[in-house]
Amino acid sequence: MNAVNFQLKGSVVTAIVLELYQYDPETFATDLKDRVQQAPALFEHSAVVISMDKFDGSYDLINFITLVKQCRDAGMQPIAFRGGEKHLQSAIRSTGLAWLPSTGARNNDRELEAPAATPEVEKVVETVVEKVVEEKVVHRASKVLTRPVRSGQQFYAQDADLIVLTNVAEGAEVLADGHVHVYGALRGRALAGVRGDKSARVFCQSLEAELVSVGGVFMLSDELRERCWKQPSYVSLDDDQLTISKI
Amino acid sequence: MAKIIVVTSGKGGVGKTTSSASIGTGLASRGFKTVIIDFDVGLRNLDLIMGCERRVVYDFVNVINTEASLNQALIRDKRIPTLSILPASQTRDKEALTREGVQNVLDQLSKTFDYIVCDSPAGIERGAQMALYFADIAIVVTNPEVSSVRDSDRILGILQSKSRRAEKGEIIEEHLLLTRYNPQRVAIGEMLSVEDVKDILAIPLLGVIPESEAVLKASNQGTPVIHDQESTSGMAYDDAVRRLLGEDIPHRFVDITRKNFFKRLIGA
Repeated sequence: MNAVNFQLKGSVVTAIVLELYQYDPETFATDLKDRVQQAPALFEHSAVVISMDKFDGSYDLINFITLVKQCRDAGMQPIAFRGGEKHLQSAIRSTGLAWLPSTGARNNDRELEAPAATPEVEKVVETVVEKVVEEKVVHRASKVLTRPVRSGQQFYAQDADLIVLTNVAEGAEVLADGHVHVYGALRGRALAGVRGDKSARVFCQSLEAELVSVGGVFMLSDELRERCWKQPSYVSLDDDQLTISKI
Repeated sequence: MAKIIVVTSGKGGVGKTTSSASIGTGLASRGFKTVIIDFDVGLRNLDLIMGCERRVVYDFVNVINTEASLNQALIRDKRIPTLSILPASQTRDKEALTREGVQNVLDQLSKTFDYIVCDSPAGIERGAQMALYFADIAIVVTNPEVSSVRDSDRILGILQSKSRRAEKGEIIEEHLLLTRYNPQRVAIGEMLSVEDVKDILAIPLLGVIPESEAVLKASNQGTPVIHDQESTSGMAYDDAVRRLLGEDIPHRFVDITRKNFFKRLIGA
């Protein structure tokens, strides 16, 4: 049997869309840099599709090679153009980027207000991103339980770690968006990263759990009995597989 | 102010009423004015165990509904003058227990008694919740088997979330009373050991009551088993009462006795 070098697959990729309304080579570059400054982590090295769907300016002013360079200078990685009139396609292909057909009237995009333009600078370019992410550091204090978690009780630490100083009984459930620490015997259910944080972990002094889960991947006691049972251990997620390790 | 003790378990048939009767009797015999209240409305049992079933005229629900005064409903124990019983109603159900009504009765009793022992019904529903709501001290009665231990764990969770003390951010004093304990069966792995149960429930051990024929005999005679100081169960209940009052005494009847061990060796 021949070794296969590759496989071609269709896939849906999330990318930032730069919806171009008008284009003025000078103001475009500065406006773009300003916008990137607002959320550097979002835009840095991010794949960008430049959409001509809603372009309403003069095509004469567009030099696509310059446009792509300006995007790269701002820290973005343009991967393709989308839409625009047919006669532009050869000019677009000369940039080396792909051309994607227009997706039709998709007016449900959330449009971001451009920053208030100063009166002396004429507003010529507006960028539109599909998703607006506000960057801020959120830190919530961990939830600490000092008494045993009893059968039938459920505790959830939202946006934080959960720390249990003693036992978690059979039939009890502890959940956290972050890590779950149990400094006693874990006999009930413990779920870390319940909103999808795959780097979350479950730590315990004695692993006797009914169920452990990280980022939605779970394991039941039957399987756990074969690994680190009644030993100090932690549960983590590696390549979407739960790993039980001794501490 | 009286101290309110709830005797509870979650699971039925583990010895709540037997324990309420013996602990109440033990406290009263040491001179404390004690009343035992039967919260098992509809399944009245405490009067039988206490041997006062023929003297029940009015009951707990009559007092809650102000159909009778407390003095009319309270039954004085014939053996110990400081002990009284407030029987449950047999013809009603647990819905008759209102929080205001129960609080009223407990407030009145608090003025004259030192200890109020609330004998909880099984389950975690209204009756059990009413019995534990006002408690200062909880005695959790557990048999050495997994389902009883799990139910006890559940009831401990409810004590920590649905009691008056929990609502005020205070802690209820919790005690484990292990009943029907049989060291021989523990030794051959048929029963959970004291250590197993302590490890799971993680609360202090008030006493271990050995399995004994004396308990059934006492129930049928209507005499709390604590009066039978010849029996191991009677002695163990007496020890438990002393511990409840703050004495630090070693646990008895936890291990197989030496005599039995040799008997087993020689096959007798």
